[in-house]
Amino acid sequence: MFPKGTKRKFSDSREEPVAGGEDVNQSSLAAVRMLSSYSLQRQSLLDMSLIKLQLCHMLVEPNLCRSVLIANTVRQIQEEMTQDGTWQIMTQALSAANAAAQCSADRLVATEVLCRQTEAAQGEQVPKPFPVVGSEGCPAEEVLEEEEEAAAAEVGMTMSTVSPQAPTSYLPGTFGMDPCWEEEETGEDDDDDDEEEEEDSEECGSGSEGEERERDSLVEDTRTAEQVFGTFEIKNPAPSPDPALEELFSDVDASYYDLDTVLTGMQSVPKMGPYDLLESLSSHGPSPLSSSTSCRSDLNELDHIMEIIVGS
Amino acid sequence: SCCVGDSTTLHSADIISTVEFNHSGELLATGDKGGRVVIFQQELESKNQPQCRGEYNVYSTFQSHEPEFDYLKSLEIEEKINKIRWLPQKNAAQFLLSTNDKTIKLWKISERDKRPEGYNLKEEDGRYRDPTTVTTLRVPVFQPMDLMVEASPRRVFANAHTYHINSISVNSDCETYLSADDLRINLWNLEITDRSFNIVDIKPVNMEELTEVITAAEFHPNQCNTFVYSSSKGTIRLCDMRASALCDQHSKLFEEPEDPSNRSFFSEIISSISDVKFSHSGRYMMTRDYLSVKIWDLNMESRPVETYQVHEYLRSKLCSLYENDCIFDKFECCWNGNDSVVMTGSYNNFFRMFDRGYRQDVTLEASRESSKPRSVLKPRKVCTGGKRKKDEISVDSLDFNKKILHTAWHPQDNIIAVATTNNLYIFQDKL
Repeated sequence: MFPKGTKRKFSDSREEPVAGGEDVNQSSLAAVRMLSSYSLQRQSLLDMSLIKLQLCHMLVEPNLCRSVLIANTVRQIQEEMTQDGTWQIMTQALSAANAAAQCSADRLVATEVLCRQTEAAQGEQVPKPFPVVGSEGCPAEEVLEEEEEAAAAEVGMTMSTVSPQAPTSYLPGTFGMDPCWEEEETGEDDDDDDEEEEEDSEECGSGSEGEERERDSLVEDTRTAEQVFGTFEIKNPAPSPDPALEELFSDVDASYYDLDTVLTGMQSVPKMGPYDLLESLSSHGPSPLSSSTSCRSDLNELDHIMEIIVGS
Repeated sequence: SCCVGDSTTLHSADIISTVEFNHSGELLATGDKGGRVVIFQQELESKNQPQCRGEYNVYSTFQSHEPEFDYLKSLEIEEKINKIRWLPQKNAAQFLLSTNDKTIKLWKISERDKRPEGYNLKEEDGRYRDPTTVTTLRVPVFQPMDLMVEASPRRVFANAHTYHINSISVNSDCETYLSADDLRINLWNLEITDRSFNIVDIKPVNMEELTEVITAAEFHPNQCNTFVYSSSKGTIRLCDMRASALCDQHSKLFEEPEDPSNRSFFSEIISSISDVKFSHSGRYMMTRDYLSVKIWDLNMESRPVETYQVHEYLRSKLCSLYENDCIFDKFECCWNGNDSVVMTGSYNNFFRMFDRGYRQDVTLEASRESSKPRSVLKPRKVCTGGKRKKDEISVDSLDFNKKILHTAWHPQDNIIAVATTNNLYIFQDKL
């Protein structure tokens, strides 16, 4: 089980001479802090990548090479998080949070998601649709029409179906986890959360906030991510850029220097490299396309729906 | 070794997107984001300064591509010139291929320095004469005139690419050329515009499975059946068109095993090859990835024979460079005339040269200071940590908006063209 970061206690921050037994505790605590800092920053990288996949569509025509590289990076992170068990924790936390949020009138749609049932190692690919949750219209969100779902089938990383009134959203696939992320959107609250999260990423070891960050990293998308790849085949109209997105990330800069050192230095964590996983999975050929509008063919368990918190 | 001395700078208004010398080196073409092509011509060596090679002056400017709108996809097609490639000269005129994301055009550049005068039915200004006033006949004769350089589109090769064209390469047979986009490579005959042959197709049946794209392609300089293409995963495939019509199966696959100690989430991105260039001899090829330049022997697929670090100090900054998208910058690289030196660009208007024989490298800067005539370029150094010496620049003060993506080397002489964002610098060796 991936160790969750623990909240820094007052006594921890002081460098006090301790007895031998406490030395062990301190060093393991330091290791835990380091790992939680790594997971925080890995999460930052995931969020950043998801944003990029969205923003890139705002340009004249997305650069396919860039999109593919970002998508591959997201896959790597997802795979590693799955192996760590972080993915499961996150999805469970998110579903719990979402259940609480369900009653709010401002809550947005959840969408139908295709998820892999079995362990990644087995490589079995069984699409499992999730029930569509009733949706509330949200004026700030784009509406994805059902005709575009047919287009979604052909390309790209995300699949979602949406009732015509509902805003689109993307849920990241999980590896065998039942509740997928469902989006949760409260506009301002999310902005605040994100600002907190940015501050958190600079303070290593604030573990409980880190957990919240993971839990709150719901992503909500206004465009199908298959548009990232799919514009070339079937075009979906590009929505206008979302200023909230830019505002959200406008002050993210120096914190990523920390991200650099942590991420480039800490690559020994996964036992099996992401590409080993990818190889074993892709060797099992594509599943046939489902003709049902409610069931998208997701041939690569890495290509799952991701949402980005937009902020209304 | 090459020590760059005299310099010239020239300006262009728009962002330069490609730079290419012709086969003699007399002409230098640049393409820009606005779809224009500007051709510079080297002046003949002046009698006054026999030691100095001629300078490059504007020879011709023309609008190659215009912005278009794809109505089916509701997307604009940029007019930005992605690549220019010259054809070997066959007659008095020059020919070049220029391409944007979707359409390749063959341009003829010809000179006119005389014009016919003495028409019977027309006045000199072009107005038609009243035929009843014509009482005698004369034969028009050619009179000298001011040199005029005309560019005219001779062929338009359109509608063959669904994805963005990243490369064009003229075959050594001078009859065909290839064009490569993210997923496909097409073979054209220079005379035929309404069809092309697809020779490589890596598009997966299901686009959800797409994980790799084509980043560059080039024909072998001597063997007209051989070409290479590079990928976003750091591989190069060499294909032989004699083997089959569709070259999806490579003849050779060049790939260097990953260094496990350097592995990170950014490993794949920085391994993506942004440019591939054969040596003039045809025995080697060079690839550029984000941090390095690699020289490959075509006879050895397992690893490059030489690797040069362009800006290794950026390795610890990869996340920031990912965040600001600089990690996706596509740097080009080039060989000098005798394949002894290779050159590529970097940030802060720096560019790097690696002398393969002497195992030396130098960092130079293309800037206003260096553009003073006859000034010698001073080598630059980036301080990677610890105490910064005088004249060194620290990594954190590098300007990542000032990037040199496009460089070109004269085919015979030590003359180089270096494009910063808006300016073209031409440097010559001090003779």
